[in-house]
Amino acid sequence: MDKKQAYLNGLRDGIPIGLGYFAVAFSLGIIAKKAGLNAVEGFFASALSAASAGEYALLSSMIAHATFLETALISVIANIRYLLMTTALSQRFSEKTPLYHRIFIAFYTTDEIFGAMIARPGAVIPQYAYGLVTIAVPLWGFGCSAGIIAGNVLPVRAVSALSVALYGMFLAIIVPPAKRERPVLVGVCAGFLLSFLLSRLPAVKELSSGTRTIILTILISAALAVFAPVPKEDPGPSESGSDRKSRP
Amino acid sequence: MYSKYIYIFIMIAVIGLIRILPVTLIRKKIENRFIRSFLYYVPYVTLAVMTFPAIMEATNSPIAGAVALVLGIIAAWFGLGLFPVSIICCVVVFLLEFFI
Repeated sequence: MDKKQAYLNGLRDGIPIGLGYFAVAFSLGIIAKKAGLNAVEGFFASALSAASAGEYALLSSMIAHATFLETALISVIANIRYLLMTTALSQRFSEKTPLYHRIFIAFYTTDEIFGAMIARPGAVIPQYAYGLVTIAVPLWGFGCSAGIIAGNVLPVRAVSALSVALYGMFLAIIVPPAKRERPVLVGVCAGFLLSFLLSRLPAVKELSSGTRTIILTILISAALAVFAPVPKEDPGPSESGSDRKSRP
Repeated sequence: MYSKYIYIFIMIAVIGLIRILPVTLIRKKIENRFIRSFLYYVPYVTLAVMTFPAIMEATNSPIAGAVALVLGIIAAWFGLGLFPVSIICCVVVFLLEFFI
């Protein structure tokens, strides 16, 4: 396929992704406002990270005045799935793809962009990826800016409603695999339960939400890895995203 | 003001490195089964931990947040995608908070 056509296809497939991004980033913008970001800072923080859970973790850290080390750790934890995705992606480039293409595409490998790229047969065409990025990433940034600006103007009830959009998206990511795979279901339920307990029990409830997330994620994931290791012959990394193209 | 940018820089640097390192360094598949399994479960567990109980603290009424959680799970269970599930959660909170 020629490069221009691939780019145009990317633009087309990027539209639904971008619209979803705008809505979710709007709810992120409401939190960003609480963390003290203005619309311009929100745009760049969003457009340069392109990560919903990662950005949410950052904003929570800022609001909680977490230490920089804690912020770095929580950023690793909240974004480690991208390590899986770009590892899978590294197997999908044609040998001729130059390094700068690989790096730029990897930098913007979000769940949806990864899904769209992997859903196409054959090697990843860089121009197709750039088409996706051209539409989706700016909408992610503008959505956050809009949330920072309009979150202020909207009535309290509307802000309250919009602030759950992000959690709705998280649910849409974790529930389908939990339905398919028993270990994921156990992990999600354990995550809900222990996170609730740790936020309520005396002594441990003083832990910041970031520390709580780090500790629980490591403990539960390690336990699952011991008791329910993924099958050996599975193409490990790709299964985390290739089969759920419509979801982040 | 100053530290705000440090926070953002840390996030962007960490996320960028996580995404870029594999395509530049790792050319082979990871063989260690524990590491592969651990990495496989991390995203789901971390999102679960971050969602609850935080969803109940994000809304004016904790009950509205809890109902949004339950209906969001049901909607996602029946295969609805990112956008519809988010909208359902928002609408539920918006409607419930008229009464609560």
